[in-house]
Amino acid sequence: MAFEIPKVKYTGQIREVVIGSGSKAVKVGGAGCYPFYLFEGEMPNPPRVAFEVWDSAPEEWQEWAIEPFRDVINDPVLWAKKCIESYGAEMIVLQLKSADPNGDNRPVEDVVEVVKNVAAAIDVPLLVWGTANDEKDAELLRRITEVSEGGNVAVGPVSDKNYKQIGAMAIGYKQVVIASSPIDVNLAKQLNILLTNLGVNEDKILMDPTTGGLGYGLEYTYSVMERDRMAALTQEDAKLQFPIICNSAPEVWKTRETRLTKEDDPKLGDEKRRSVLMEAVTAMTLLVAGADIVVMRHPDSVSLVKDMIGELCA
Amino acid sequence: MALTGIQILKLLPKTNCGECKFPTCLAFAMALAAGKTELDLCPRVSESGRSELSDASAPPIRQLSFGVDDYAVKIGGETVLYRHEKTFFNKPGIGVLITDTMDDSEVERRLAALEYFQYERVGVTMKPEIAAIRFTGSKERFLAIAKHASLRPCSVIIMCDDAAIMKEALDILKSRKPLIYAARPDNYEALGALAKEYSLPLAVAGNGFDEVAALTEKLTAMGLKDLVIDTSKRQVKDAFIDQVAIRRAALVSKFKPLGFPTITFPCDMTSDPMKETVIASLFVAKYAGLIILGDIAGETIFPLLLQRLNIYTDPQRPMTTKEGIYPINNPDENSPVFLTCNFSLTYFIVSGEIENSRVPSWLCIMDTEGLSVMTAWAAGKFVGDLAGSFIKKSGIENSIKHRNLIIPGYAAAILGDLEEELKGWKILIGPREAAHIPGYLKQIRKS
Repeated sequence: MAFEIPKVKYTGQIREVVIGSGSKAVKVGGAGCYPFYLFEGEMPNPPRVAFEVWDSAPEEWQEWAIEPFRDVINDPVLWAKKCIESYGAEMIVLQLKSADPNGDNRPVEDVVEVVKNVAAAIDVPLLVWGTANDEKDAELLRRITEVSEGGNVAVGPVSDKNYKQIGAMAIGYKQVVIASSPIDVNLAKQLNILLTNLGVNEDKILMDPTTGGLGYGLEYTYSVMERDRMAALTQEDAKLQFPIICNSAPEVWKTRETRLTKEDDPKLGDEKRRSVLMEAVTAMTLLVAGADIVVMRHPDSVSLVKDMIGELCA
Repeated sequence: MALTGIQILKLLPKTNCGECKFPTCLAFAMALAAGKTELDLCPRVSESGRSELSDASAPPIRQLSFGVDDYAVKIGGETVLYRHEKTFFNKPGIGVLITDTMDDSEVERRLAALEYFQYERVGVTMKPEIAAIRFTGSKERFLAIAKHASLRPCSVIIMCDDAAIMKEALDILKSRKPLIYAARPDNYEALGALAKEYSLPLAVAGNGFDEVAALTEKLTAMGLKDLVIDTSKRQVKDAFIDQVAIRRAALVSKFKPLGFPTITFPCDMTSDPMKETVIASLFVAKYAGLIILGDIAGETIFPLLLQRLNIYTDPQRPMTTKEGIYPINNPDENSPVFLTCNFSLTYFIVSGEIENSRVPSWLCIMDTEGLSVMTAWAAGKFVGDLAGSFIKKSGIENSIKHRNLIIPGYAAAILGDLEEELKGWKILIGPREAAHIPGYLKQIRKS
């Protein structure tokens, strides 16, 4: 007797969101099934990998993380261009690390200048990731929505503390917002409701579930994303039907296990390959839970993950 | 599948004899329904009741084990499609391929790797468990390798379709309780007979799940229960879909012929060890019972073992770290002292940030029953008097000259009580987020 795979009846679909403008604009989302379950549904837009670029030279990066970017690491514009031209980046996430009040606390206008320069230099979609400090981001990301007019950039993380300020400006300047909530389905839904009530268009929202790296809470993010997708696709929960972005690179690369060398601990093996795999395994796990965009650092990890996306979507 | 307690009660003798150690048949039935006890404890259940109940209470995916001692691998027994619905129970066994074309030193390197690449984390040992020995034509080498492996502690999968050679290998390895791979349409009777004779689990390989299901039905009819299934797909996408299909067949359709754990072969899907790890991680998340790798090195196996630990962590129970004092970056008597809770994620993140700061420090972990700082504070488990008495008893005072204690920013409310409790100590309120610890340490160094 021929056995039929029991199919899930999907009643919902993830919304499609366009980021960027012009010929290189990228459409994400649109899934009508669980990630890569193409035997019973469609993913019209395969998940994407975004390269991260920092707004200032990172101080704490491992030698093997700096290596692919050594010649450009002091210049975010050249860095972003290298990601695109040498490593085939389809999107850039500009991480505004230097603006963090707990760090260098660089003034808003200085950072805005960096964003403007990067935006002017690249043709792929730009996503701008703030400091996760609600007050600073309220000011900083508002200005960025303004100076990026026409770019259809994505800005975040937008929280329930600053969604009004950032959301209102994003509406005015037609940008995408990244709604960020701390690993919780209901809080995610709540913030999406707040944003749509404010008037943010439903095709202008990405969700950030808060990402834990491999060995540092990955399983929490994983299960929250699975629950988000279950609610969105099978329980008609329209307020969770948004594409998901995971800002995983900084989480993976700050861990102890990406910093120890083979000399420190021979059992952990070659440090570069191990770190690359920790990043790729984190991304693969997030993708199979429902990520539409994963933010990554090392070109080798990106290649591995793109290869897998290609095979699974073939 | 699952019967309710009341449905089970109807099949029990209802004598309330108490021999099962439960006060009443109803209590026993409820415990059975919750999977907390076993039917065998009831001496009076009728034959028909027993068979009806054992059918109904059998897990939809057969649970089985092979190997012995520390390397025994228990797989199957899963009850959910998504870990948040309950938990995943038995993590997939991870093995390394050894073939009869490899010379002794290569075989030794691989067997040694199984013993060398072990890692302690949150009180568990993470390690690959299995040597999968594949026959490709040289009987003499194959048996020599079986002999070699039999002297080592690892679990073994014997991979050979020829029943006569399999029997010779089993005679060498039987005390290690190996898994036999694989019964196919042309050899299932002979391998099935061997599995029965040696009381060993048997893997079934067919072309697609229809052929596999037909084989498992035949083998089940022969009286075999412990089966593992392989649909022979060696393209990532096809193998992935089959994993989902088989898990759903067992749990959603209750389709018994596919109610067995699976075996996957990333080793046959790529020759790139980096890609192999990523493929394997996909199968950890999506439903493999066994994962066979082409090779094992620290940089490839460690990320995979860590991911397996994460995915198979029980979401119903917080992971905890042992209470105690953790020295970070070789602290001395002048180094700062941190206090936090024993939720293991908190421990990992806080210790990681302190390490990143490169500032030698003492980290005191207090038992809060796995609750995070704020939750523990709200539950009265991370409060001034408890924290104070923990610090006094911890012995940290013997390791330091100063009396400064940094508490988490989110626990600022315990400051007053803690100062009461710890006379002579200065309590400092640290950052709320662990990510700000390096910056905080820089600051207090300056001042």
